[in-house]
Amino acid sequence: MSVTFKVNGQSTTVDVSSDTPLLWVLRDVLDLKGTKFGCGIGQCSACTVQLDGEPQRACQIPISSMEGMEVTTIEGLSSDGSHPVQQAWMEVDVPQCGYCQAGQIMTAAALLARIPHPSDTDIDREMNSHLCRCATYLRIREAIHRAATIVVTE
Amino acid sequence: MATTISGLDRREFLRVTTLAGGGVLFGAYSASPVSAGVLEGSEPAADFALNVFIRITPDDLVTIISKNPEIGQGIKTSLPMIVAEELDVAWRNVRVEQAPLDTERFTAQSAGGSYATPRNYDAMRRTGAAARHMLVAAAAAMWGVPASALTTVSGVVLHGASGRRATYGELADRAAAMTPPDLANVPLKDPKDFKIVGTRVSGVDNLGIVTGKPMFGIDVTLPGMKYAVFGKCPVFGGKVLSANLDELVAEPGVQHAFIVPGGDNLAGLLGGVAIVADSWWQANKARRKLRVEWAEGAHANDSSVGFAARAARLSKSEPEVASTQDGDPDAALAGAAKIVEAEYSYPFIAHASLEPQNCTAHFHDGQLDIWAPTQSPERGRDMIASTLGIDADAITVRITRSGGAFGRRGNTDYMVEAAAIAKEVGAPVKLVWSREDDMQHDFYRPAGFHYLKGGLDGDGKVVAWKNHFVTFGTGGRPDHGAASMRATEFPARFVSNYELGTSFIPYNIPTGYLRAPRSNGLAFVMQSFIDELAHSAGIDPLELRYDILSAYKAAEGSEGRGRILDPARMRDVLQLVANRSAWGKVELPRGTGRGIAFHFSHRGYFAEVVEASVSNSGVVSVNKVWVAGDVGSQIVNLSGAENQVQGAVLDGIAQTLGQEVTIDRGRVVQSNFHDFPLLRLKQAPPEIEVHFLKTGAAPTGLGEPALPPVVPALCNAIFAATGKRIRTLPLSNHDLRWT
Repeated sequence: MSVTFKVNGQSTTVDVSSDTPLLWVLRDVLDLKGTKFGCGIGQCSACTVQLDGEPQRACQIPISSMEGMEVTTIEGLSSDGSHPVQQAWMEVDVPQCGYCQAGQIMTAAALLARIPHPSDTDIDREMNSHLCRCATYLRIREAIHRAATIVVTE
Repeated sequence: MATTISGLDRREFLRVTTLAGGGVLFGAYSASPVSAGVLEGSEPAADFALNVFIRITPDDLVTIISKNPEIGQGIKTSLPMIVAEELDVAWRNVRVEQAPLDTERFTAQSAGGSYATPRNYDAMRRTGAAARHMLVAAAAAMWGVPASALTTVSGVVLHGASGRRATYGELADRAAAMTPPDLANVPLKDPKDFKIVGTRVSGVDNLGIVTGKPMFGIDVTLPGMKYAVFGKCPVFGGKVLSANLDELVAEPGVQHAFIVPGGDNLAGLLGGVAIVADSWWQANKARRKLRVEWAEGAHANDSSVGFAARAARLSKSEPEVASTQDGDPDAALAGAAKIVEAEYSYPFIAHASLEPQNCTAHFHDGQLDIWAPTQSPERGRDMIASTLGIDADAITVRITRSGGAFGRRGNTDYMVEAAAIAKEVGAPVKLVWSREDDMQHDFYRPAGFHYLKGGLDGDGKVVAWKNHFVTFGTGGRPDHGAASMRATEFPARFVSNYELGTSFIPYNIPTGYLRAPRSNGLAFVMQSFIDELAHSAGIDPLELRYDILSAYKAAEGSEGRGRILDPARMRDVLQLVANRSAWGKVELPRGTGRGIAFHFSHRGYFAEVVEASVSNSGVVSVNKVWVAGDVGSQIVNLSGAENQVQGAVLDGIAQTLGQEVTIDRGRVVQSNFHDFPLLRLKQAPPEIEVHFLKTGAAPTGLGEPALPPVVPALCNAIFAATGKRIRTLPLSNHDLRWT
C-alpha cells in the first residue's frame, strides 16, 4: 500500500505491504539506519522514534497507521549533534557499544520537552523501557540532568 | 616514495614513508624470526606485521589506524590516546580510522581476553615517541640546531632560543628523510607529564552514535543488496530433511529459498533454510510459513534438569580427573573443628548483545567481500575459507563497529552463514538474525556444579578445602577454557590441604566465552563459600579473606607463574574497598545487608562491596556498590575505564538477579528479553563508586575483571540481609520473602 507521512519534516511516500513495521521502512526503504532493531517485540526500545512528539517503538507500528503522521528519528533530532541531549550524551561520554543510544536519546529528548528539569524518579520512570546491554544507566541519568542545564542556558 | 627502515636486527622497527598527496606515514612493525634477511630499502615482506600506524598530513591532522575491533570496550579511543600522548599532539587533531582485517600487516586483530591494553600499551608509546623524535630531527636539520635545543607541544616543534616554530604537518615531508630511532630505546615521557593518557576522553565515535550514523554491521547497505534470514534446527546441529521451499518462494518479495546442508561442528555452518527477499521484513515474514522436517539427532531429549541430575550422580563418585592435590585434605577434614559442606551451581546464560548477529556478504568474480561486527575477523575468514572452499586471499573482511559482543562475536557462525548464502545467491546479501535466533543459537556461558567441603580449625583458620567440580565436556575434558577450572585457580596455594577434582557431562550445547569467562561462575562459588566459612567460624568475612590471603604458599617447582594472584595486590584492593565502604562500621536496618568479595582475572585485581535490600515480598534492590581495582600503573582513559567497570558491575548484577538459559528437549526455552531479562534503569543503583589503585605493575585491561566479584558480593549481601544463603543462580528462582 502507498502511505504518505512526514519524516524529519519532509513529506515521504512509500509503497510497501501494509503490515510492514515503521522500523523496517525507516531502515531499509528510507535508509535511515539510526533507528535500531533489537528485539522486534517492543521490549528493548532500541527502535524508539518520536511520533508527533511522543516516543514510540517503531517495531510495533505498522506502516498502515502512519498516513498523515509525523515521525522524528535520531537523524532528525540534529544531524550535527547540536541538540542538547546529543551534546550531553557526548560530554558525559555515555555510550559503550552505542547501539541502544539513539533510542535512549529520542525518549530523553521527549522527556525534557515535557519536563524541563526531571527528577531521578521521572528519569527512571520514563527511561525504564529502554535496555542498554552495556548498562550505561548511571551515565544516562547524569546526561539527562546535564541536558536539562543545556536547555536552560540556550 | 622515500622509505627508511631502522632496527632490522631487532624484533621491532619503524618504517617511514612519504605520502603521494603530502604527509608522512609512520608504521611500527614486529618482525618474525624469518625476516632477518630483509634488506634495508626493500618493501616489507609478508612476515612483517604492522601494529601501529600513524599518518600526519600537511593540514596537521594526525590519523591513527585502529586495528582492533571496537565492541563497546572503548579500544578505538584508548589505544590511539597512548600514541597521541607520546607523539605529543592535541587530541582534537587526532582522527581514528578502523582498519580492515589484514593478516599480512597486523598481528592479533581481535577483541577479547582484556588483552588489547597489555599487548599494545608499550608498542603504542614507543611508536608515538619515535615519530615525535623524527619530527624533531626534521626541524633540527631544517634550522641547523641540535635536536636537544627543541621541544614539542601539541603538534608543534619549538626552538625556544630563536622563537622558531613548525607544525608537525609542515615537517611531515622532511621527517620521512630522517633516520628512525631504535624503537627499543627511544626516550619515553615521564608518566607524570601525560596530558592525554589518564584523562577523561569522550569516545571517538560518539558523534556518529548520537546522530544515528550507519556504523554497525546491521547498517551496511550495498547496491542491489538482498536480505536473508536463516532458520536452523532448534536442537543444535539438527539437519533439514525437507522444507516447503516452493511455498516460501511464492511469498511476496522472496527471491530465493534453499536448504543449506551444514555440518556437525556446532561452531561452524549448521544446517538450515535460507530465505532471501527484497527486504528483511519480507524474508522474516515468509519465515513464519516455513515448515521443516528436521532430523534432530541424538540430543533431542537433553535438558537442564537432566544435566543437574547427572551432576548430582557424578558428585557421589570420585572425580574423573584429579586436577590439584595439596597436602592431605581428607586427614585435615578429619581433624577439623568444623566442617562446612555446600553444593553450588550456576546456569547457562546468553550474551544477548543488543545488535543481533548479522553479516553482509558479496560473492563476485571468485572474490568474497564480508562486512561483519566481529571480535574475530581472522577466525571468520578462515572458517569461511575452509567451509566454502574459497581461498583466504580471496576474502576481504571489513570490521564494523559491534553493537555489543561480550565474547559472543568471537564465534563466527553468522559470518559463514552469510557467506554460504551469498555464494548461492550471487547478489550482495545481508543476513540479519532475529532476536529469537540470537537467544536460541548462542554460545552460552557453560553451566557448572561445585560440590564443596571446607574444614576450619578451632581458631577459625581454613585448614581444608575440597571441590568436586562438575562441568561439561566430551572425552573427559572441557571443549574450551570457559568450561574449565585451572589447577591453580584460587584458593589453590592459599589453603594448605586443597583438592580440586573435575568430572564432565557430555552435551550438545554450543558454549563459549562470556565476559570474564570461567571467572564469572567461579568467583560466585569461591567467594560465597568463603562467606559461609566465615559465618560458620564466627569471623568477619573481610577478616577471613585477609587470613586466607596471608596463607599463600608457592607450590614447589613451576606452575605457570602469573596465573596465581599476588596476595599483596589483592589485599590492598580489599583494604581499599573496605575503607571506602566503611565496612563493618555501618548500622543497617533489617532486610538490608552488605556483602564483600574479591576476584583476580585477566590480570586485574578487584574487590567489591554491595549493599542490597530485600523487601518483605522478596524483591532485591541494590543500593550501592563500591569497587576497588588494580590494573597496574596507568588508567589510559579514565572515562572509558569507569564506564567499563560500572557496566561490568551492572552486567554481573543482571546475571545474578534473573538470567538463566534453560534447556528442554535439546533446545533453549528462552527466546527474547521478556524471558531473558537484561538489567533496566530502575534496577541500577544510584551510585557505583570506582576506585583505581595505581601500582607499579604494567597497565592491563578492563573489559572483564570487574565483573566476577559483584556476583558473590550481592549474594553475600542477601545473606547478610535475610540469612538466606544463595547457592544457585539466578536469584529469581529463590523465595526471598521475610517477615
